[in-house]
Amino acid sequence: MMIIGVKILLKEEVLDVQGRAIAETLKRRDYSIEDCRYGKFLELKVSGNNKEEILEQAKKMAESVLCNSLVESYELEVLSEDPVVKKGQ
Amino acid sequence: MKPVAVVRFPGTQCDQDVVKAIKLLHYPVKTIGHADRFSPKDYSAFILPGGFSYGDYLRAGALAVHSQAMQDIYKAAEAGRPILGICNGFQILCEAGLLEGTLQVNQTLRFIDKWVELELIHSCSVWGGDQIKKTVCIPIAHKEGRFYASEEKMKMLQDQSLIWWKYKKNPNGSLESIAGIMNKQKNVAGLMPHPERAMAEWMGGTAGISFFKTFF
Repeated sequence: MMIIGVKILLKEEVLDVQGRAIAETLKRRDYSIEDCRYGKFLELKVSGNNKEEILEQAKKMAESVLCNSLVESYELEVLSEDPVVKKGQ
Repeated sequence: MKPVAVVRFPGTQCDQDVVKAIKLLHYPVKTIGHADRFSPKDYSAFILPGGFSYGDYLRAGALAVHSQAMQDIYKAAEAGRPILGICNGFQILCEAGLLEGTLQVNQTLRFIDKWVELELIHSCSVWGGDQIKKTVCIPIAHKEGRFYASEEKMKMLQDQSLIWWKYKKNPNGSLESIAGIMNKQKNVAGLMPHPERAMAEWMGGTAGISFFKTFF
């Protein structure tokens, strides 16, 4: 079992209206922010022991369901190779 | 005549409006559930109505694509059956890859609900045909209706005459003011505005009728 984090953001060339609205709000609060991008973060608890296979599965999930490749890009991150340890933290 | 199928997913809410619109024209109509399997040849056409399928979770239309009923919609598309996606239905067809592009959050970030004027760019032989008026006024009601496609795909849509309708006044920031498009075979069409909400004078207009007067 592994927990894989999937970070999804709109591609640079796609207008991110939500990110822009958030940046404008932060600017209005006098924070020195130049830009903000709005995205999603998913935690996938994937069963199995082979790290490579699990990552390959997560990649397939991201590309076939989690992302729309026309407008979104994603990054995978291994959050935990043993969820029990993570819970105890 | 074989019935027109109206496909309903959990969270679809415009299905009964579409059913009534079809009945108004005296066509037989049947509702299909998200978990139903069916044979494309048993229906004259398929309509994916508006709403918030699967709560619009992940992305508008993203989860509906993986439902059972959609697997037969793919077959229907391949078999050349007429398929129309309205609003959330359009979003589903884009997510399914049956139509090009995607529908992103409106430029204003607001849910827009109003009557808009549309201009016919290229007629769709199965939905409305050539007899449809060149300009119509029907309502939109969406938050994710800003059409987007890559430069290359936009060029393809233009070159192959696949742009169906454009807004006269762009309400949501859609590229090229696009309100509706077709696939290459022109049997699959998607439309953000709701023709089923413009079927009688008391509704505010009757321009929607011509969208369903079809030539299946």
